[in-house]
Amino acid sequence: MESDTLSTTFAALADPTRRAILARLADGPATVKELSAPFPISGPAISRHLRVLAHAGLIARSRDAQSRPCTLEAAPLEAVAEWAGTYRRFWDASFDRLDLYLENLKKKKKEKKRGQTKYRK
Amino acid sequence: MAKPNTESKAGLSTFTTPSDREIAMTRLVDAPRTVVWDMWTKPEHLPHWMTGPEGWTMPVCEIDLRPGGKWRFVWRKGNDTEMEMSGVYREIVPPERLVNTEKWGEDWPETINTLVLTEAEGKTTMTSTMLYPSKEARDKALGTGMKEGSSQSFDRLDAYLRTIARR
Repeated sequence: MESDTLSTTFAALADPTRRAILARLADGPATVKELSAPFPISGPAISRHLRVLAHAGLIARSRDAQSRPCTLEAAPLEAVAEWAGTYRRFWDASFDRLDLYLENLKKKKKEKKRGQTKYRK
Repeated sequence: MAKPNTESKAGLSTFTTPSDREIAMTRLVDAPRTVVWDMWTKPEHLPHWMTGPEGWTMPVCEIDLRPGGKWRFVWRKGNDTEMEMSGVYREIVPPERLVNTEKWGEDWPETINTLVLTEAEGKTTMTSTMLYPSKEARDKALGTGMKEGSSQSFDRLDAYLRTIARR
């Protein structure tokens, strides 16, 4: 289930116009008109891009017929950042294990010393 | 070259990009440098910690610790997933500096990894810096790079994704 959502998100992100739209929305909500302004492509083409983004849950569209502002939805992007973080997750997990391993080695050393003290008595 | 992060706290990994070809990680551990050096260079220790998330083991850990010597690690998950990395040691200065190449299959770029260990009050700061052959290769490892041309708006989205990842 998780990987399906990720694929939908990546497919939505795999277009420079859609990424540019998201980047603009990162600055704040915008109307469809405002979003179309920078691009030399047709109205229907922009609408198609917005539908893809809305389907991926990356933007929310208000039902206000007059202004219809779109807003950025962060949750799918967080999933992308999460996936992109596998690299750092490997190291975070490994270093956590290193901490535990070092602690265990210290404990074993202390127990060994205590054992030796017992014997000397 | 990344400087040791003197502000690092135990248990917290810091990730930085000191240049557009590098990824650096810093972490503080509660052990002297000589012990930490052994953790990174001895097959009797490495498989106990350098295994990433739950479910992975390191069935192969071969280390020939001398300049020009080879190293090879194989990680395994379950019965069907394996990952191998290997490389050559370049500089070995115990207990403070280790430089080696690292390769992960033919499709991935070879990196030059530098590990620096500094000690204060019995605790060691580990700084590991990976140098990639290009920005694209480095970005691919981070997962933030995409193969399109770099328009301004794409760069802004890229920066936004990195901001989320840093939390």
